[in-house]
Amino acid sequence: MEAVHDHAHGHGHDDHAHGPEYSGIKRWVTTTNHKDIGTLYLWFAFTMFLVGGVMALVIRAELFQPGLQVVRPEVFNQMTTLHGLIMVFGAIMPAFVGFANWQIPMMIGAPDMAFPRMNNWSFWLLPFAGALLVLSLFVPGGGAGVGWTLYPPLAIQMGMGMDLTIFAVHILGMSSIMGSINIITTILNMRAPGMTLMRMPMFVWTWLITAYLLIAVMPVLAGAVTMLLTDRHLDTHFFNAAGGGDPVLFQHIFWFFGHPEVYIIAIPAFGVISQVIPAFSRKPLFGYASMVYATASIAVLSFLVWAHHMYTTGIPLQAQLYFMFATMLIAVPTGVKVFNWIATMWKGSLSFETPMLFALGFLFLFTLGGFTGLVLAIVPVDVQLHDTYYVVAHFHYVMVAGALFSAFAGIYFWLPKWIGKMYNETLGKWHFWLSFFFFNLTFFVQHFLGLAGMPRRIPDYALQFADFNKISSIGAFGFGLSQLLFLYIVIKAITSGEKAPQKPWEGADSLEWTALPTPVPYHTFETPPVIR
Amino acid sequence: MKIGTVRSSLGAALLFGWVQSVHAEMALNLQTPQTALGHTIYGLHTLILIICLIIFVLVFGAMFYAIWKHRKSVGHKAAHFHENTTVEIIWTIIPFFILIGMAVPATKTLLAERDTSVPDMTIKVTGYQWKWHYDYLQDGVSFYSTLATPRDQIENLAPKGENYLLEVDNPVVVPIGKKVRVIVTAGDVLHAWFVPALYVKQDAVPGFIRDTWFKVESPGVYRGQCAELCGKEHGFMPIVVKAVSEEDYKQWVAEQKSKQGATAAAPVQVAAADTAAKSDAASAKVDGKATYQQICQVCHAAALMGAPKPGDKAAWAPRIAQGLPTLHEHANKGIRSMPAKGGNPSLSDDQVNAAVDYMVSLAK
Repeated sequence: MEAVHDHAHGHGHDDHAHGPEYSGIKRWVTTTNHKDIGTLYLWFAFTMFLVGGVMALVIRAELFQPGLQVVRPEVFNQMTTLHGLIMVFGAIMPAFVGFANWQIPMMIGAPDMAFPRMNNWSFWLLPFAGALLVLSLFVPGGGAGVGWTLYPPLAIQMGMGMDLTIFAVHILGMSSIMGSINIITTILNMRAPGMTLMRMPMFVWTWLITAYLLIAVMPVLAGAVTMLLTDRHLDTHFFNAAGGGDPVLFQHIFWFFGHPEVYIIAIPAFGVISQVIPAFSRKPLFGYASMVYATASIAVLSFLVWAHHMYTTGIPLQAQLYFMFATMLIAVPTGVKVFNWIATMWKGSLSFETPMLFALGFLFLFTLGGFTGLVLAIVPVDVQLHDTYYVVAHFHYVMVAGALFSAFAGIYFWLPKWIGKMYNETLGKWHFWLSFFFFNLTFFVQHFLGLAGMPRRIPDYALQFADFNKISSIGAFGFGLSQLLFLYIVIKAITSGEKAPQKPWEGADSLEWTALPTPVPYHTFETPPVIR
Repeated sequence: MKIGTVRSSLGAALLFGWVQSVHAEMALNLQTPQTALGHTIYGLHTLILIICLIIFVLVFGAMFYAIWKHRKSVGHKAAHFHENTTVEIIWTIIPFFILIGMAVPATKTLLAERDTSVPDMTIKVTGYQWKWHYDYLQDGVSFYSTLATPRDQIENLAPKGENYLLEVDNPVVVPIGKKVRVIVTAGDVLHAWFVPALYVKQDAVPGFIRDTWFKVESPGVYRGQCAELCGKEHGFMPIVVKAVSEEDYKQWVAEQKSKQGATAAAPVQVAAADTAAKSDAASAKVDGKATYQQICQVCHAAALMGAPKPGDKAAWAPRIAQGLPTLHEHANKGIRSMPAKGGNPSLSDDQVNAAVDYMVSLAK
């Protein structure tokens, strides 16, 4: 395979400008090139983002007014379930793995990922898992209508759509674990001479930490869903009290995966933001070392707070107290990160191109989501707000305004480097402001719904919730349509964008900008650069 | 409640320039608490919110100042500092103290919230797909409580009533000023018993008993819903708590008992439905009326989800026209909103058939 250019393979090629070995579909199926695979991940993520987005719009269309209009309640439940699973596992996680594939080798001066063929397999598992998830809607009995958390005993009652979901989760887990092994090995073994760990760009650090989180928790999730599978078909009764099991056991296992999962999504987003804010502040990242330590402490703490998702299950008082204190503690390293980003901007020379706008949108709204997280950490308050729209608002501030906005920041930031052409700055800014406005229109009002007591995952609601739901639905359709503008901007840039200079962003200083031409050649750093 | 609602509605209307519809209220905060503990939790939330808002304003005040003053477009030149140990230590330590300030009142409130000891009365609540069963352990009253909103309103065939989706056939009646301990469990899947104005939410876990408590301050009707996804009718199993004076409560108990006394003459008590799912199908007598009373009436008596009410000749005529074998098959396999065997797989086909025959006999 010609894409493997590690030391063992030697430097057999004289022609350094050569491209892919095959063309057309065969190129993409057989590719072992980290840039190709990064591209595949990103397009797959965007496709799933649209699929999951359509499901969100079905949900919001049904909730536009009281009464059942668009779908039956069972279909509504399948939409909430698959929207969650597809957005988490199909859109956000693959998007950041796409960034990792593109950026990590270029940022540390490596020629490719450590295991290029495994890299290919990691990606090509995903479309099959995604297809299983979508197909589950069309089997007898329909998809799993249990929420993305898959709680039994309800999950035991579901039809074969549930089994397809379980298998999809297994496959996604395999893909994530292989991707993580690849990322860790690449970062630890393939850095260019002089690229010490504490010199790595922050984005690389965040992925190193995230990859460890993934390896630690994906097997836990696989175990949880396997136990569901055997409970469903082999009468194992792990989660059935009548057989000596406990339904709440599943929640413990699920959230032991689920809480680190939140940071698996958030930490690479922190990494992107830590590249973008210094570049547009024309000033180095403030407190690099403390950023690294803060990220690592968030990762460690994320294993110790899982039951704050379970305050109302009847866990003992002592457990509620412990999990409340541990959860509140996460505010400290998270606060350090936010302060560091703002200190980076302080006395900088700021400019506000689209990547910076999305990064600032991230900073502002993610912090807001952090504050509602702090509110929810307080047990007596959480008991009132748990399973209401307040929680829905909270995690969309973290997931959408957090992870998704940071992914947009990363795309606008690195696209010129990847394709060698600029996107349309005016349209990019429109994309940001439309997304920002409609995102808040959709989700800010959901705080009020939750405070007033509207439960989540209901297809119909009492009349006092009508006005805010209407506003929220209008916002959701606006947000969804704004993302088509993003697709247009990217395609326009690829087909007819202006030629990009080697370093379009004045303040960018990592290797991909300083040591590589634009667009980046198919193979880079076949001879490792030497870092001073 | 009214003043808060009006004020918050005004705020919302100003914010969004939105014309309010007749029924809707745009509440911006937690529901007005109806219990002393609720007031404490409400206050705790307000305290945390204010602390967060202050931090938010300070932190983002700094950010917007930098955005305004340190722009390239106003000619600001970038400084090159990138660390300051003193500042970093300070902003790591200060949040600790703020968090301790939050943790102290939170812990106090939590200790009070979890103290279910020495109740004045205890009600056992059991969640089922998709109804609640209430069992007054001291007073010996028990009943099912199901959604009272007609299906036509849900399907947009009739105008929606004031308490759309938040109304039940049999509300939970409690005396004011008494500590009511609620023990919560479930018969099939997870549910959660949630009444916002009482600041009570407890998951119902099948096979396990959990508890919580409330003491209502003033008479009134307080409405809530199941808060844990429990299947397709999750959104349609509300909770209504009616708080009355102690005399009214005693009178209500007496009425319930005389009602139940009348029902007790029937072969099987309504309360027996609790254990029906576990009863051995083979040993049960094939008695259509008994099965109807145990299982079917929960929906059919109240004509829920379009279930034909026994004795409603207009509703039954087209069904009877399909012939008994078809009806038997539908009842056993499930049709539209009706689950197979009324959701009780332990029933034998014969028991279900007998119950169908019984209902058909009432409609002829």
